[in-house]
Amino acid sequence: MQKIGVFVCWCGSNIAATVDVKAVAEALKDEAGVVFSTDYQYMCSENGQAMIRQAIKDYGLTGIVVCSCSPRMHEATFRKTAVSAGLNPYMVEIANIREQCSWIHKDMAEGTEKAIVLARAAVAKLHRNAPLTAGTSPVTKRALVIGGGIAGIQTALDVADAGFEVDIVEKSPTIGGRMAQLDKTFPTLDCSACILTPKMVEAAQHEKINIISYAELESLSGFVGNFTATIRKKARYIDEDKCSGCGVCTEKCPSRKGLDDFNMRLNKRGAVYIPFAQAIPNVAVIDADQCIHFRTGKCGLCQKNCSAGAIDFEQKDQLIERQYGAIVVATGFKPIDASQFNEYAYNDSPDVVTSLEFERIMNAAGPTKGQLVRPSDLEHPHEIVFIQCVGSRCSEDAEKGKPYCSKICCMYTAKHAMLVREKYPDVNVHVFYIDARTPGKNFDEFYRRAVEQYGVDYIKGMVGKVSVEGKKLHVQGSDLLNGEQVHINADMVVLATAIEPDPTARSLGTMLTASMDTNDFFTEAHPKLRPVESPTAGVFLSGVAQGPKDIPETVAQAGAAAAKVIGLLAKNELTCNACVAHANEAVCNGCSQCERVCPYGAITYEDREIRTPEFRGVRRIATVNEAVCQGCGACTVTCPSGAMDLKGFTNRQIMSEVDAICR
Amino acid sequence: MSVNKEWTPNIVAFCCNWCSYAGADLAGSGRMNYPANVKIIRIPCSCRLNPMFVLRAFQRGADGVILCGCHPGDCHYSTGNYYARRRMTVLFSLLDFMGIERGRTRVEWVSAAEGAKFAATMNDFVKTVTELGENKKLGDLRCKK
Amino acid sequence: MQEMIVNRLRELLASGDYAGVIGWSKGETPFDRTPGLFTEKDLDRLCYDSFCGSNLSKYLIANAKDKKVIALLKPCDCYSFNQMCTEHRIQRENVYVIGVGCKGKIDGEKIRNGGIKGITGVSEEGDLLKIETLYGEKEISRKDVLLDKCLSCKGKEHKCADEVIGESEDTSVGNKYELVEKLDAMTPEERFEFWRGELSKCIRCNACRNACPACSCIKCVFDNPKSGVENKAAADDFEENLFHIIRAYHVAGRCTDCGECSRACPQGIPLHLLNRKIIKDINELYGDYQAGEEIGQRHPLTDFTFEDDEPSVVERRGGGK
Repeated sequence: MQKIGVFVCWCGSNIAATVDVKAVAEALKDEAGVVFSTDYQYMCSENGQAMIRQAIKDYGLTGIVVCSCSPRMHEATFRKTAVSAGLNPYMVEIANIREQCSWIHKDMAEGTEKAIVLARAAVAKLHRNAPLTAGTSPVTKRALVIGGGIAGIQTALDVADAGFEVDIVEKSPTIGGRMAQLDKTFPTLDCSACILTPKMVEAAQHEKINIISYAELESLSGFVGNFTATIRKKARYIDEDKCSGCGVCTEKCPSRKGLDDFNMRLNKRGAVYIPFAQAIPNVAVIDADQCIHFRTGKCGLCQKNCSAGAIDFEQKDQLIERQYGAIVVATGFKPIDASQFNEYAYNDSPDVVTSLEFERIMNAAGPTKGQLVRPSDLEHPHEIVFIQCVGSRCSEDAEKGKPYCSKICCMYTAKHAMLVREKYPDVNVHVFYIDARTPGKNFDEFYRRAVEQYGVDYIKGMVGKVSVEGKKLHVQGSDLLNGEQVHINADMVVLATAIEPDPTARSLGTMLTASMDTNDFFTEAHPKLRPVESPTAGVFLSGVAQGPKDIPETVAQAGAAAAKVIGLLAKNELTCNACVAHANEAVCNGCSQCERVCPYGAITYEDREIRTPEFRGVRRIATVNEAVCQGCGACTVTCPSGAMDLKGFTNRQIMSEVDAICR
Repeated sequence: MSVNKEWTPNIVAFCCNWCSYAGADLAGSGRMNYPANVKIIRIPCSCRLNPMFVLRAFQRGADGVILCGCHPGDCHYSTGNYYARRRMTVLFSLLDFMGIERGRTRVEWVSAAEGAKFAATMNDFVKTVTELGENKKLGDLRCKK
Repeated sequence: MQEMIVNRLRELLASGDYAGVIGWSKGETPFDRTPGLFTEKDLDRLCYDSFCGSNLSKYLIANAKDKKVIALLKPCDCYSFNQMCTEHRIQRENVYVIGVGCKGKIDGEKIRNGGIKGITGVSEEGDLLKIETLYGEKEISRKDVLLDKCLSCKGKEHKCADEVIGESEDTSVGNKYELVEKLDAMTPEERFEFWRGELSKCIRCNACRNACPACSCIKCVFDNPKSGVENKAAADDFEENLFHIIRAYHVAGRCTDCGECSRACPQGIPLHLLNRKIIKDINELYGDYQAGEEIGQRHPLTDFTFEDDEPSVVERRGGGK
């Protein structure tokens, strides 16, 4: 039998005005197990807490019930009080007689009666409480960053600078991501490569950073602080240690049919290639689908010409298994497939390009060496039409497109327009837009410069159709401000295509048991207060994988994610949630229903030796990983035998509360 | 409970710690009135509500049982309320099938910010249950006179 | 068919790979068939005929634990078997399933209730049953005395058999939800009266639970003194209801609608209607689902979609009329 102390707080007049606190304390004295019951003006004050500590000692209390404000307010306070007097913190129950009683009732008799019932329920629950100890689990001091774009690079640099090992897993042959493909960045118009490549080099040279390029996460197990990842490093048929990146092989390669992904497939490249000049690692890769050697068994020119002997046609995929304490998802984005928007003639004319393609055309290292020419005939264009919101901000029930705003298009289109007008004042630039969204430091000024200084023709309205007419593109749109139809015979059309999460995100989310929204963006643990953490402990979010954002926001978020990772890795061990699920092996059926509803993958099954009066032998039993369980209780209700129970909120605790309330 | 008083229903409200329990606190700090016969039991998530608890409350004399959880999509544990939704739908339908008045059980999604909704929900639920009167049926089901 | 089965069993058992076969033998009365584990030497006692209505799959939990056995399963029994394999209660690889042909099983009660007394023996000829009584031989049609569960037959296919012996027939007639729909159409008061009438007959013998292949818990919550809901000697009126509602809920999504609960009930309470109501709801609300259709299914109550109906759908669908 427990020895319970009841402490009724007045909360000044907050409680005492509508609850007869003395009567409550008096009534509780009659409850079974209650050996001490009193009231006090402010239980949470130092004096009040001292009174509780004294009573615990004087009466040898095994548990206390504090009738006071909401447990959300002071449960932690009174738990600490109990601990300081030698009690287990989970032997404390709070009866919420302020928010859920005195503050909502006006009648003293009514309030007092309810307060007594609530206190009785707390006593009834406390009778079923058991001391709980939160477990601990060790932390592997290494982070895995998935994705080597600016988000991943920045997170890795910040984590590594704090002294922790970081692995970057990048699926393409080089890190750099989308930012490496950009020509200039808004609103400063500085060269993207010029600010990105030093960071890439820094990452490559950092002693704590290990870049695993041309690799993807194959599988993942474990939990916060203790993940085990298997990484598939794809065969690039080049020995990374030997290759010097001289590029001789890429020049000698006779196959010229492969499309250059880095240049948005606007030009061709050899079967052996280095994605771009500043690639990291600066190592070639062989595209086996295009390689004549792989297709016919002949050729091998690259091998013959490689003075380093780095070409290895026998290379196989390699599986790397490694332990991590934290995982950062920085998988970024891709532009949506523009071919589904054929009302803009994307499939009909090579002169209709997406903005990322346009970015490559404008880039000095791009397919046209930075010359603004029409892809169809390499002639200089005179009229260019930009179309905004292609696939962004579509209605939920639209057949194609995304419901969200891609956030970056207004700004990069202003940038494109400005760059064209700056370099080629003879070119007329028209922008069809729904809204020009330019919140951000120096953003609106930037946009206004495009309109006011560079004379870009902004037309509020959407384009209905683009049709190919000879060498021209006939653009038909509406000008909502002037209320008229606009017809422009353009030489080029640039589509500001929406961005969407990288296609690998969905399967990765499943692997990490990290939740995603309907658009496949990773969900944050709290939209406002925990924006860089996934609800899955130990998984953090960086960059566009979480939602559309520009470079400065991405870098800021990458740093924030790094701070969270550092905070985790700095710990030697993690304190787990004490209120976790637990399966009673004597009655567990091992039926696997609980596993199905666990949002954290905390439940596994093992064959365990059971010794009960009724059974001796080996049985399949559910096992809860206490470091992973967050204590929701979903499993407890799927369990027909009642074997699975939740500590701190057990079936019997809750039923005792029910009984006390309904008594 | 005093016997002389006019009968009032006894209501058990199971509230998710992360949303509606906080919503009830907010109703309290906003001094929004709802009847004293609503007693709240804190559970970590709506998915912790075992149908057994609902029946136990009725068995012990409750006249109405209500579950309040996070709005779909807002579960602290990401999926708990979706399971709770299916479980309670099936349970409520079964109780209805056995002739137990539907008005005695309810599920409402109340966020931590919806103090007013919490109070309004409780007022409405108490009204419904009061109209239904004392809950005798579940106890009576077994003994045909 | 019995001869074919026994011959095949002799062959299989001779291999020494199997500890025995789960099947039926003749019981004390002409309609009784007793389930049991048969070894090679007592195969002669094994019987398979129109009275082998009971679902043997549940016996495999205990009997196929650490040894390999052969099981005789009718098409409907296969669903229970698959469900138990899904729940890891039976190791699939420990059981060699012989799907036995079934053209509907006979309900002895229905014969007796038909006013036939002094029964001494029964034989079958096609669709006719010849019943020997102290007062001479009587003939009735099989179709008139099929078990209720056979009237909602799930089909003639064996969903898990390693081999099949004998022909099967789909004996379902009409709409299996007919009674559920009839109850649904009543007022709550009428439904209440119906269930009060039925559940008042319950003697808490637990036959429904013991027969149910889904109720296979190592220890039932109602028997567990530590559960807080264990049934005490001085049970109040409520407890039987609690038992039946919770039992129906615990098997929700897992019940294959095998009908054993009602078949086993000595008081004739149509308990399967509770389960069937849940099955009907699940099918209508969450899409068609048949528990035990295959091994490894995720049942609807351990699943969800973002767009599921709210519990208030019960009223919209006509509940609480």
